[in-house]
Amino acid sequence: MKGKLSRISGPVVVAKGIEDAKLYDVVRVGEEKLVGEIIKIVGNESVIQVYEDTSGLQPGERVVSTGEPLSVELGPGILKSFYDGVQRPLQGIEKVAGSFITRGIDVPALDRKKKWEFKPLVKKGQKIKHGDVLGEVQETEIITHRILSPYSGTLKSIKAGKYTVEDVIGTLDTGRGKKHDLKLYHRWFVRKPRPYSEKFPPVIPLLTGMRIIDTFAPIAKGGTASIPGPFGSGKTVTQQSLAKWSDAQIVVYIGCGERGNEMTEVLKEFPKLIDPKSGKPLMERTVLIANTSNMPVAAREASIYTGITLAEYYRDMGYDVSLMADSTSRWAEALREISGRLEEMPGEEGYPAYLARKLAEFYERAGRVKTLGTNPREGSITVIGAISPPGGDISEPVSQNTLRVTKVFLGLDASLAHRRHFPAIHWLKSYSLYIEALDPYYKEKISAEWPSLRDEAMKLLQKEAELQEIVQLVGPDALPEKEQAVLVVTKMLREDYLQQSAFHEVDTFSSMEKQYLMLKNIMHYYERIMDAVEKGVQLSFLTSLKVMEKIARMKEIPETKMKDIKSIYEEIDAQFEEAIKR
Amino acid sequence: MKEYKTVSQIAGPLIFVDDVSGVGYNELVEIILPSGERGKGQVLDISEKTAVVQVFGSTSGLSTTGTSVKFLGESLRLGVSEDMLGRVFTGLGEPRDKGPKPIAEERLDINGAPINPYSRDEPRDFIQTGISTIDAMNTLVRGQKLPIFSASGLPHNQLAVQIARQSKTKDQKEDFAVIFAAVGITHEEASFFMRDFEKTGALERAVLFLNLADDPSVERLITPRLALTTAEYLAFEKDMHVLVIITDMTNYCEALREIASARQEVPGRRGYPGYMYTDLSTIYERAGRIKGKKGTITQFPILTMPGDDITHPIPDLTGYITEGQIVLSRDLHKKNISPPVDPLPSLSRLMNLGIGKERTREDHRGLADQLYAGYATGRDLRSLSAVVGEESLSNVDRKYLKFADEFEKRFITQASNEDRSIEQTMDLGWELLSALPETELKRIKKEYIEKYGKKFRK
Repeated sequence: MKGKLSRISGPVVVAKGIEDAKLYDVVRVGEEKLVGEIIKIVGNESVIQVYEDTSGLQPGERVVSTGEPLSVELGPGILKSFYDGVQRPLQGIEKVAGSFITRGIDVPALDRKKKWEFKPLVKKGQKIKHGDVLGEVQETEIITHRILSPYSGTLKSIKAGKYTVEDVIGTLDTGRGKKHDLKLYHRWFVRKPRPYSEKFPPVIPLLTGMRIIDTFAPIAKGGTASIPGPFGSGKTVTQQSLAKWSDAQIVVYIGCGERGNEMTEVLKEFPKLIDPKSGKPLMERTVLIANTSNMPVAAREASIYTGITLAEYYRDMGYDVSLMADSTSRWAEALREISGRLEEMPGEEGYPAYLARKLAEFYERAGRVKTLGTNPREGSITVIGAISPPGGDISEPVSQNTLRVTKVFLGLDASLAHRRHFPAIHWLKSYSLYIEALDPYYKEKISAEWPSLRDEAMKLLQKEAELQEIVQLVGPDALPEKEQAVLVVTKMLREDYLQQSAFHEVDTFSSMEKQYLMLKNIMHYYERIMDAVEKGVQLSFLTSLKVMEKIARMKEIPETKMKDIKSIYEEIDAQFEEAIKR
Repeated sequence: MKEYKTVSQIAGPLIFVDDVSGVGYNELVEIILPSGERGKGQVLDISEKTAVVQVFGSTSGLSTTGTSVKFLGESLRLGVSEDMLGRVFTGLGEPRDKGPKPIAEERLDINGAPINPYSRDEPRDFIQTGISTIDAMNTLVRGQKLPIFSASGLPHNQLAVQIARQSKTKDQKEDFAVIFAAVGITHEEASFFMRDFEKTGALERAVLFLNLADDPSVERLITPRLALTTAEYLAFEKDMHVLVIITDMTNYCEALREIASARQEVPGRRGYPGYMYTDLSTIYERAGRIKGKKGTITQFPILTMPGDDITHPIPDLTGYITEGQIVLSRDLHKKNISPPVDPLPSLSRLMNLGIGKERTREDHRGLADQLYAGYATGRDLRSLSAVVGEESLSNVDRKYLKFADEFEKRFITQASNEDRSIEQTMDLGWELLSALPETELKRIKKEYIEKYGKKFRK
């Protein structure tokens, strides 16, 4: 017996009498075979969310279950792809349907015609465990795709050669006479986290090249971070900078319910940007998922699961993956919209009561892990989620529930954005709970004095906030010279260190070494100015030193000329000596 | 075509029709009143037995007996053709100017379909509006959606017509069209626009859809979609550059809330439905450029912020979808600064695509940032000097104060017919910046200060 549609109301439809209806099974709805997912079962009625526009559907049309939950295709060809929320390739859709996305289009996620050169790394007769690497395919110029075995068993055959993803590359005896054909791809359910054998603590930083993050709110590989901010405060620019420059090997970028033109920008820009490490276009390591705001809302809900499942797959190959979700608020709104259509009892601000659980489940899929298999690899997923709180007020449920599960908070600030202080991440509001865990790494790789230098600078910035309150009341001249000097230094920290232009060719990325040298110079200037003021040199004289200009332009010095930043240290000394002598 | 006389319930703009079959979701409906009057509606919810129909127009005079309902078997469509240029239509797409109904070349679903993000092309052609605050600091590009956030009593309409009149790109010969959708505005406001379009001769290249304040509010959900369907046709089939002005989106959102509450839906923030973001995006996202097509759609929605509150759901959700915003300020308006565009909260996200070498000028980015920073600092210092007095400010701070005043007087202020070229605007910016010490100009590359700024420094 096939199911029949009994009610249609927006993206949610009800069907009666689907045989074997299981929760989260994918169904095909109506004559046009629209893709949907069962999200609630009451008696013989199934409530279905449809991933496409439901206009024109009529009660009585057929509904057929595929008997399987929503899944993605995992195999070579994912990288450099541009998918919608349910892993349909947008490029393929364009070929079939033209510039506008119409309904009922069925295009496989992985190209069925493309042949890949497969090199086996295992031998016939070998015992294989679930998660073992069967062989390799060069997926892009910089990424080797490791073909993972979806089963355990004894290898009956395997052959090198050129294959499409549908070709059989070998067979596996999984015991009791059962045989499985091995292909270059397999499927995985998006709502089910891929297994691993062990999770590690976060002790390695994800270097981003953004000074405010790397210095004051570092993100660990395998960690989680949230970026809440009102519109126009630079969430997307920050996310894109992270996608561009963070030292992950694979980037999964999810545009979830956001602007179409933003995705176009990423699509245009990434192939042109060159990865500083490999010298190849950034697109070679990137997969984009776009379900823009005007695309079907149910597919938006699915998009972050699609994204994280792809990320888990590359993690299992042993890569460091970073996943950007822009924006999780839009995902939560999709949940709310569907929950509303189901007439569920609303929780806070109309969001369903299970919002907190769903958010926690999603962020928990991040982590640095030891993978399955006989020769386990180490891989990680770092999740960075943008939040768009209504009116920029983070007391709302999505922000609050996210803050409870993420460890880094990058607080974007509208007043900084208005002042064109970018990135508009506020140093006092933001925090990272990874700092202590990461300090041993910094001490070893950067400098033993890095943690104290950073803490000192942060102390000054906090002091500035206190002093500013006094200044607001009595004006700057009422402060003692020493405190005025502190304000000079903190202004320097804010403008010459924290401000960073994403559009300046050099400034857009700062290595840790450069950050260290820059901060060291500024803090050295601080030492010297305090000393000089103590010795009675006039402040206005000290603030007109020529070296100030040099400090301000430090950020524009390219990585190849690190000497020029180093030499400023001596210049500071020299100019202060002279100032004191006079 | 099926006709039913089984209306069982009428609630606000919704009617419930029983015992229907073969009716599709979103299908268009014709309603024939007992008096013989005809109206239109759309299926909002359909189950095996009952169809819930949203009526466009007034439901007064409807009764459960004697009203018949015809299901038309397709969703709401608009017949489009090039002949629509120069014509005025109602909020439902019927001629309003006593002319004949244009012969349709194509009949298009007014809901359109989402543009495939892969098929989009980056907006990049700089549009010169002749208004300094926009051109220099919130540059508009073709294919952008840039709303005006206004408030009641502010001159947003004057600004909109000035933009419509003065907007131009480098290559002037291309075909352009203006589409104007009035959503729940007053007769007076509508005739202001019409008069201006007539006076400047823009009407020939314009299509107007008018849903006025006394027209049924449900129609407001249709009007912007008619405008955008026409825009898509003219842009992507007829290669025109289309500028769409929609005013006032606040009325649209009010209508959305009205329908949602009539359907007894769970309300979201301030009573607006939880899907308002998605709904608004199906309007705003219908702007842009498509690869391989010549035409473009640029959108200028106007909305009034209830209670001047930018965090109200309407401006808030709009700001999250659109590519920036032009914010009008009551404070500036009170100081008689016109147009009262406040550059600080205003933003154009696509600015960088349209400026720089070969587009405007290489110093554009730095200059814009410096003007922002300077004006922001000046405004901060104003409140400080109000407390401690100007004398206790440092010399540099006093220069900033002066800069902010001059900036408002000379840069923001301009006459409603003053059309400044981008060069004039940028030189004016440099001239104002010359009041600040050169060491303060940290946002601009040194070479540009030498090249463009030096001549204004005395």
